[in-house]
Amino acid sequence: MTELIIASIMTIMTAATPLIFAATGELICEKSGVLNLGVEGMMLIGAVFGFAAVTVTGAPMLGVFAGALAGIFASLIFGFLTLSLLSNQVATGLALTIFGTGLSALFGLEYVGKTIEQIEPIYIPLLTDLPIVGRILFGHDPLIYLAIGILGLTAWFLRRTRAGMILRAVGDSDYSAHAIGYPVIAIRYAAVAFGGAMAGLGGAYLSLAYTPLWAENMSAGRGWIALALVVFASWRPSRVLLGAILFGGITILQLNAQAAGFGIPASYMSMLPYIATIVVLVLISRDSARIRLNAPACLGRAFRAER
Amino acid sequence: MPLEIPLLTLEARATPSVSAAWLSPLLALTLTAITGAAIFLIMGKSPGIALYIYFIEPLTSWSGLSEVLVKAGPLILIGVGLSIGFRAGIWNIGAEGQFIAGALLGSAPAIFFYESANPLILPLMMLLGILGGMGWAAIPAFLKTRFNANEILVSLMLVYVAELLLIHLVQGPWRNPQGWGFPGTRMFPDAALLPVLFAGYRIHLGTIIAIVVPLLVWFALAKTPFGFQIKVFGSAPLAARHAGIGEKRMIWVTLMIGGGLAGLAGVIEASSTIGQLVPKISPGYGFTAIIVAFLGRLHPVGALLAGIAIAVTYIGGEGAQISAGLPKAVTGLFQGIILFYLLAFDLLTRYRLTRITISKSAT
Repeated sequence: MTELIIASIMTIMTAATPLIFAATGELICEKSGVLNLGVEGMMLIGAVFGFAAVTVTGAPMLGVFAGALAGIFASLIFGFLTLSLLSNQVATGLALTIFGTGLSALFGLEYVGKTIEQIEPIYIPLLTDLPIVGRILFGHDPLIYLAIGILGLTAWFLRRTRAGMILRAVGDSDYSAHAIGYPVIAIRYAAVAFGGAMAGLGGAYLSLAYTPLWAENMSAGRGWIALALVVFASWRPSRVLLGAILFGGITILQLNAQAAGFGIPASYMSMLPYIATIVVLVLISRDSARIRLNAPACLGRAFRAER
Repeated sequence: MPLEIPLLTLEARATPSVSAAWLSPLLALTLTAITGAAIFLIMGKSPGIALYIYFIEPLTSWSGLSEVLVKAGPLILIGVGLSIGFRAGIWNIGAEGQFIAGALLGSAPAIFFYESANPLILPLMMLLGILGGMGWAAIPAFLKTRFNANEILVSLMLVYVAELLLIHLVQGPWRNPQGWGFPGTRMFPDAALLPVLFAGYRIHLGTIIAIVVPLLVWFALAKTPFGFQIKVFGSAPLAARHAGIGEKRMIWVTLMIGGGLAGLAGVIEASSTIGQLVPKISPGYGFTAIIVAFLGRLHPVGALLAGIAIAVTYIGGEGAQISAGLPKAVTGLFQGIILFYLLAFDLLTRYRLTRITISKSAT
């Protein structure tokens, strides 16, 4: 029984990790006032380029790096259009998702069906061998620690640092921040790029650690769930972790239920994460005062400094 | 000595430029073709031949034209519906799910009365298709108006739910008992199939519907106060509120139009080119229609033209796969690139480029 619980916790964490990456990136991006709906597209780009890098070089960490880099490149297209050319953020984000889906499908053609070495869980002698808590604390793959580490740093950055305060100021009152002399556009570019790197990492996690293969559209809506997670978290990093674990739990629960075969059709079980996302959105959004209080005031609005 | 630095800068236009608005789709398509040539070159294919197959060949034969119009049908219908919503600033991006919901509900009569020869079955199916799409779109409309839940995310999540529902039905309860276990429903009876217009070509009655609907919508928007209300609501929500245009009503109406047209497109697709329900009935029409709406300048007649333009790349993509061995995925990449270019050029509708000279004393 304990073995089953430990195994469940381990798999829930692997399901939660891509969401932690992508939602953390989007959270920073939105905190700066930019709504990037291209997370799904950036994840797919990260997944395919990460996978390709490992196939070519055989070095898993290079794949992780390539995934993040590809995510940054994709996000900068979005950044250029929305920040420099002042295009509509919703439309441009959708364009990025459509572009990312197409690009990853095309680039990934020659990698379909190939296999790579999965990123292995860490093993620390003595610590990992501890009863019960050993594997839960010291037995995940390194990227899970990276995701949680970045999330922690993000929380600290937003709350405790001057740079974090400036980022929030840019997202809450762009014209005032500009008037004080902060480079609004440059800060937003940085936030968008960070969002891209994180979405790319989330994608790379899928193709390198979660299921070590590339398949067209393999993110299966996780980018959109990450967007919903940011709303669920009321733009607070600590709640991103909670939300991601919740969704990881639902994903694993439905997979296990399908395997156990309770007589509920598999398709219905597969709907669970998506329906749960809607339910969670409804529960959070009905308190419109809370959304107004926590959402960055300039979210989705174009900014152009007057001469 | 003062240094003269010539610079290009943006100057806001007092009113958006109409000519720039209609020019940017053409510019975007041209630049996409050029970018496409570069991509083909990288892939080691002759760009000239590939571009010809993609953009010209579909238009050089009657059968090609017929295929383009058949493909354009669903894109136009969905695109017109989305245009109305986008114009009002209501982002229904789950048209793919509404398309499937319409196909599901609309196909039910053909599946349950599979021996029917009643001529009324077809109008009934169309009606149910519209209702199915509306019903699926009613979920985000209700959750948005009642609980303030973001319609982008809700409508999108419902796409996955609809896809899974379709798969479940065609593999389980609605599977053809004489289908040797293959997923898919019975073939529809003849009375439940939209008639083709010319023997030997696939162009059918649904294609005519798809061409007439944008014209009707155009007329309705131009001649009724509702068209004006949508415009005001999208560009100046506060003014709209003062003018008594209710936000909730606007959300409901635009989502019902968008969902209804997507549902109609879904049932038309099922009862024409496919003739049954199968696990996958759309190559992403609902998402591509987002591009159609923007390329068509959120105007119904624009969506008609843009739908045909995008359909050319679909058919060209199929041709390229067969004759030049180019992967189908190129089409998806093209669609993203078109939208990127289009959004970039839209800058010119709201701003004009002007030269200014900054004088700087070189010290």
